[in-house]
Amino acid sequence: MCLRWANRSHSQILLGQTLSAGAPRWGFTLISPRSLTSLHTCLGAMVHAFLIHTLRAPHAEDTGFCRVLYSCVFAAEKSPDDPRPHGAERDRLLRKEQILAVARQVESMCRLQQQASGRSPMDLPPQSSDEPTSLHEAPHGAFRLAAGDPFQEPRTVVWLGVLSLGFALVLDAHENLLLAEGTLRLLTRFLFDHLRLLAPSANLLLRADRVEAILTRFLPHGQLLFLNDQLVQGLEKELSAAWPL
Amino acid sequence: MFTTGAESLLHQAREIQDEELSRFCSRIVKLLQKDPGAEAVDALRRLFLIISATKYGRRLEKPCMDLLQTTLCSPTCPEQLQLLCAAILREMAPSEGLALSCDHIQNSRTLSLAASVLLAQGDRQDEVRNVGQRALQLLEARQPEGPGPRPLLPVLSKVVSLAPGTLPQAQADLLHRRLVDWLRYASIQQGAAQPSGGFFSAPRTRQPGPVTEVDGAVATDFFTVLSTGQRFTEDQRLNVQAFSMLRTWLLSSGPTSAGAADADDRSELEGSTLSVLSATSATASHLLPPQQQLRAGAFEYCQRLLEQSTRRALRRGDSDLQKSCLVEAVQLLDVLCRQEPSFLYRALSCLKALLGRLCGDPAQARALLPIARFLLSHGEAAAVDSEAICQHLFSSVPAELFPSPMLAFEFAQFCRDSLHLFSPDQGIFKPSFPSLFKLLAWHSPALTSEFVVLLPALVDAGTAVEMLHALLDLPCLTAALDLQLRSSPAASSERPLWDISLRPTSCLEGFRDPQFQGLFQYLLRTKAGGITKRLAPLHRLLQPMASCARVVQCAEAVPTLLQVFFAAVTQVADGALTAQLALVLLERSNFLFQVPQYEAQVHRVMSSQFLALCRLRPALVVELARDLLDFVGSVSGIHSRERMFTAVVWAVGEYLAVSYDRRCTVEQVNRFFESLEALLFEVTQSRRSATLPPCPPQVVTVLMTTLTKLASRSQDLIPRVSLLLSKLRALPQGPAMGSAPRDEDTDTIRTRATELTNLLKMPSVAQFVFTPGTEASTPRFHRDANTALPLALHTVSRLMDREAGLPVA
Repeated sequence: MCLRWANRSHSQILLGQTLSAGAPRWGFTLISPRSLTSLHTCLGAMVHAFLIHTLRAPHAEDTGFCRVLYSCVFAAEKSPDDPRPHGAERDRLLRKEQILAVARQVESMCRLQQQASGRSPMDLPPQSSDEPTSLHEAPHGAFRLAAGDPFQEPRTVVWLGVLSLGFALVLDAHENLLLAEGTLRLLTRFLFDHLRLLAPSANLLLRADRVEAILTRFLPHGQLLFLNDQLVQGLEKELSAAWPL
Repeated sequence: MFTTGAESLLHQAREIQDEELSRFCSRIVKLLQKDPGAEAVDALRRLFLIISATKYGRRLEKPCMDLLQTTLCSPTCPEQLQLLCAAILREMAPSEGLALSCDHIQNSRTLSLAASVLLAQGDRQDEVRNVGQRALQLLEARQPEGPGPRPLLPVLSKVVSLAPGTLPQAQADLLHRRLVDWLRYASIQQGAAQPSGGFFSAPRTRQPGPVTEVDGAVATDFFTVLSTGQRFTEDQRLNVQAFSMLRTWLLSSGPTSAGAADADDRSELEGSTLSVLSATSATASHLLPPQQQLRAGAFEYCQRLLEQSTRRALRRGDSDLQKSCLVEAVQLLDVLCRQEPSFLYRALSCLKALLGRLCGDPAQARALLPIARFLLSHGEAAAVDSEAICQHLFSSVPAELFPSPMLAFEFAQFCRDSLHLFSPDQGIFKPSFPSLFKLLAWHSPALTSEFVVLLPALVDAGTAVEMLHALLDLPCLTAALDLQLRSSPAASSERPLWDISLRPTSCLEGFRDPQFQGLFQYLLRTKAGGITKRLAPLHRLLQPMASCARVVQCAEAVPTLLQVFFAAVTQVADGALTAQLALVLLERSNFLFQVPQYEAQVHRVMSSQFLALCRLRPALVVELARDLLDFVGSVSGIHSRERMFTAVVWAVGEYLAVSYDRRCTVEQVNRFFESLEALLFEVTQSRRSATLPPCPPQVVTVLMTTLTKLASRSQDLIPRVSLLLSKLRALPQGPAMGSAPRDEDTDTIRTRATELTNLLKMPSVAQFVFTPGTEASTPRFHRDANTALPLALHTVSRLMDREAGLPVA
């Protein structure tokens, strides 16, 4: 247990000044109790956020941090009616911390899964940059986030770890997990192909437009799409035409 | 890949000062004002990084903010720039100076972009409603500029999921109608090829063929997401969008279905009046209100998907999509039947046929979960089938498919969501815990929090003892599952699911050895059998696997689960069960799978839970007197299970009293006294071999205290305990002591001995202090200065203080 929760304390330190004694484990007291009463309003099934982050090599947790390289929150949670000044800044800080918290937990889950199967992320067979990465063999999984910890509503995270990158979808609690899993694989494959992430000089950080272009087509506003194989190919052709490599 | 170069880029982005940023903004303004090109793109990419790299707000100059918004809304601007502007503004959100408004946007794609920024603001100024209204207005306009209504659908879906029931009925009705059109009447011809632009290509554009099914056959009915072809028409793409948003829309659209409970009540009413009408097909339902039309259309769509999912897909992607569609269709049917109960019987007959097909196919196991959920939630009409499917799910699915992390999570989620639906008299859920524990044992990091919720619902007085053993043996189960995988016929698959760095040859031989078969079968059972078997031989056999990572991870989860178990079991346990549980704790504290750290962590929980059980039912100490005497009878126990030993000795001192149980006799007290006295003498006086580690001072002081407590209740024993205490006060110091405690520990022991001796000088006070009546915990005894308690406390503290003031010599 301790290994799993160990990472969490970090966000508490960063948010130290906003903590109170009665705070839940992650210490997001920025969520007012009032906003938690609206728990049952979310009936829909959509994706709340998509993120790409780093996965540190096992036993290298002390070197460097888990970095979120890209994130897209498809629509913010309703801001609490907080009369204190700098509400907007606090909202933004909270959102960033939420995403980072997800990234850390994905990293930790991925590491535990890899340890359990006796593999390290570097064990995947080396592949040339034009060969599609075999994503069906990459470590993957899902876990649940309880209401208020860190999001207002309960959410499910579906994740995929490929080499040193983690890809995750934060879902509403009743989203179709099979579809989400398929969509995450699809997105990851496109990201690898269109951003040439396997190439040594690849730089995700300065290619946000391309990530956005992929998301608008395959996950518009966080809507998971039922795309059959031919339709995916058609959309990919359109993407390649509009965004030549 | 993420390199040090990227790390330094992130650092640079974070360290950019406001001044620098402001200069950069002016440059961006200039670039965007003239005909923006590659340079502008590059600058905006950098700006995105600067803003997204830090969690603290960045302030952009007003001209820059304004220009980003104008660029975003300009329909002639290239997509790349628009996406970047939208992403930057979204990353800035919530921003107070945002002037962006969707009121005048005419182009559906621009509205979609603006919506991504507006919906990121946190709905402080009713942005969600405004975006929704505008999207519907553009939809009403029939011919919105730009790429048609397709980009509007995900926006609407997001809006209703964020704020269900906010759209006005009339507007929602409009979308209901159009969704029916898109869902049911999309073209069944493939899209035409784009003219390639060549001089001769135009005259010979071939007539596109009909759409096909996933198996290549010509489509037999209307277009769905499982219909395929070379190219797709716009209305076919709308069909895909419409189906993708259908469940969200059905659940959240319209002011009437603001809450799930509301929807249920209302739909029953509707069902009774409109059942005949609504059961007709969408094609014949033009007279129905739009919402019912949509439901009828959706129902037909689901039926068609279920039919299409039986086809053999030619492409792997399509076969995956079939599975997702199956799940979605069943979930949709569930929603539809809740809203319109008259659909129920038709839905049931569809699902029964489906079940027959899916049950035998492990590849379809995940589709069974929503079906089971449907059958469970539609109560009596489906009772027989739900029992059969649950039986199948719980007995074979975890046992066969436990290695899949997604299935394991979904299974746990299914149980968690259906807890209130499992009927207690069906008796399927609770006895299935050994099956569910397989998922837990294999995926403990992801599933522990799920089981913290599930466990209380699984606890049953009849199987509690078996479950306690199962929890304590959970790491053993992990190891056994690993062996099971390794020795399964499919073990030669390309990607083994177990730790390949480990080669537990002896364990594998043992797994196949008939001598251990019975025990392995017991450990890997799928149902609680009401019996418990001692697994000590397996512990020894599996020892080489104790340090493998998955086993260690599972062991880390056990203490938490034990606590949850005890919190739940004490709610249902009677006296006999409490005694049994206490006995299991005594026994198992000596028989645990030897995983690093496991024993210490589990002993910690065991000891505190043993005390909690005694507190709950003090008579345990009298009832289990013989077992407790056995437990404290040997010195070796002190070292191997110190915490448990301390707890037991403490419990004897606390609860072995007539006031707790009338059956407590003087002989019993004397027997415990003699046993503990001998033990204390042994650990402090006689054993002085260098091979044994010193007895921990906690154990010595607890033994002393317990002996004093017993003496205070049976006063003939006071001289004996006083003699013993005086010997301890004279405990010599120095390294020559061998097994005797260290200096500071000796001091502690001597102080405690002095205190206890002083207390015993006044037997009536001692008795009051050591065995306070239950009323001593009531507030009156602490507030009222005239009651005996303050007086007694005062006396005691005087006695203590007098000694504490003395130099320790």
